[in-house]
Amino acid sequence: MIDIEGLNKSYPIGNSSLHVLKGIDLKINEGELVAIMGSSGSGKSTLLNIIGMLDNYDSGSYKLDNVPIKDLDETKAAKYRNKFLGFVFQSFNLINYKTALENIALPLYYQGIPRNERQKVAQEYLKKVGLADWAEHLPSELSGGQKQRIAIARALASQPKVLLADEPTGALDSTTSEEVMDLIKQINNEGKTILVVTHEQDIANMCKRIITLKDGIIMTDMKTK
Amino acid sequence: MIFNKDSWKEIFDTIKKNKLRTFLSGFTVALGILIFIILFGLGNGLQSSFSMFFTDDQVNTIRVYPSTTTIPYRGYESKRQIKFTNDDVKKIKENFKGKIEDIVIRNTFYTQFSYKQQANGYQVRAVSPGHKEAEKTIIMKGRYLHEGDILNKTKHIVIGRLVEEDLFQKENALGKYIHENGNSWRVVGVFQDEGGDREERNLYVPYTTEQRMTNNDEVDQMIVVYDKNMSYEQSLTLEKELDAYIKNLKIISPKDNRGIYISNTGEEQENSRQFASVLQIIISFIGIGTLVAGVIGISNIMVFVVKERTKEIGIRKAIGASPRSIIAMILQESIFITMISGYTGLVVAILILNSIGDSLMDKYFISSPYIETSNAIWATIILIFFGALAGYLPARKAAKIKPIIALRDK
Repeated sequence: MIDIEGLNKSYPIGNSSLHVLKGIDLKINEGELVAIMGSSGSGKSTLLNIIGMLDNYDSGSYKLDNVPIKDLDETKAAKYRNKFLGFVFQSFNLINYKTALENIALPLYYQGIPRNERQKVAQEYLKKVGLADWAEHLPSELSGGQKQRIAIARALASQPKVLLADEPTGALDSTTSEEVMDLIKQINNEGKTILVVTHEQDIANMCKRIITLKDGIIMTDMKTK
Repeated sequence: MIFNKDSWKEIFDTIKKNKLRTFLSGFTVALGILIFIILFGLGNGLQSSFSMFFTDDQVNTIRVYPSTTTIPYRGYESKRQIKFTNDDVKKIKENFKGKIEDIVIRNTFYTQFSYKQQANGYQVRAVSPGHKEAEKTIIMKGRYLHEGDILNKTKHIVIGRLVEEDLFQKENALGKYIHENGNSWRVVGVFQDEGGDREERNLYVPYTTEQRMTNNDEVDQMIVVYDKNMSYEQSLTLEKELDAYIKNLKIISPKDNRGIYISNTGEEQENSRQFASVLQIIISFIGIGTLVAGVIGISNIMVFVVKERTKEIGIRKAIGASPRSIIAMILQESIFITMISGYTGLVVAILILNSIGDSLMDKYFISSPYIETSNAIWATIILIFFGALAGYLPARKAAKIKPIIALRDK
């Protein structure tokens, strides 16, 4: 599903540049649940952003579902993101003036799906994350765990090939974190490929494969149990 | 995209849920249009008042008054009082035949008139019939003085509307006699005048009758009526020729600035025309200034709006919005808001202008303020256009930002 070879990325800082990813080779198959671990500055978020087409890379190659992803213009990147990827962020990133249901339906709006169908699909995913009764609530009326579940529903609504989660439990307490991870695992069990970036070992342990990054290089890559 | 029902629904949704933002940008546009139209309308009202003031008297006239000399000339000492006579009028008429249509004679005196119990002092103008045209006197009833009155030196009198009110109360003055120093004058006409109340407290009698009563042939003032088709420059030349001819006739030094007074109403007209055009420039300047201020106001709001939405734009892009759809969303929203509020401002401003009417006439000389519909619509279009442009630039910038950068924005 994801095929990365010799990926390099550096950021310019003043006159010099910071080499963040130093030749990453990574293959992820369909249906995997992968944790990407590392301390801050290890390059894990940069890697996720490149996989998520939110950022460009300098050299190497990256194929998503056998489609080469390189130097996309914004319009094409938007189209691919909409088609291939679902995002879950640490800070939820829900649109604060839209209700839970409207937030979930938004990716479908950009797919050009008619309103009635959008509503129906969004309802379905709302039920899936267990918040069917909260459809008309604004994000400000929801708890952190509820917000993240809405964000997951939104990421799933467009039926992406890969779900990318950037510290999905970073803003949650441990009980809620576990609930969210259970949901992620359940979705994975249904066949969805999922990448989770985290710096917490116990969150990583809930995944099927753990990749550890340090200073822009993959240090370890192992299956759990 | 623009005619997509779904994208409009999305925009209405956004507008409904962001009332303060919508109100702010809409209010700026409405206020800009409102102030522009009201200022422009008041300016127009001021201008029409001025043109009204300056069209009271006939414009193609040169007024000539006798005065005292200041320079000794050809054996005459200075400080000599100049007097015109019927003879002078005749000579001037003959000399300037073809260029001038008429010389109206006007002698003025002040006296007490009475009718029954009522009595009052008035200014009387002893005139020739051409005076009616020169002063734009409007006859309400009866008639003005005619050549017959002049030839027969009749004791006929034409009285102002307010004189009739003063002396006759509610009676009809026509055909009645009013009395003055043992003379009785028969009222043959009542007039009104756009020059105002003072003009309507005058009385007109034949100048020949007045001359016979005072036993002389003197003329106080000549109103020279020249050809209407004369240009302003030609009338200035005529004025100089008249000045030279009369000074020669009355033996006044050509270098003497006094002796006679000459004033060209064409000149006054020209001055007021220039004044009006200066006024027009000031009004246009105020109008453009208000519009520019409005455009700057909208630009600021739009920059603020886009800034506020940076994160939302990042989220939308992350879940698949194309840059074009982002720009379209912001543009459609801003154009929609500016159009609705621009139209509201337009309607309210025009209602206010209409309700002002003539109420500011007495204090501020502003009569029936108005604005040409085309000007009002153009101003609205300009504001909407710049509102859209002001939204487009930051929207394009925001649509170009990488989603991760936008999402980092708190």
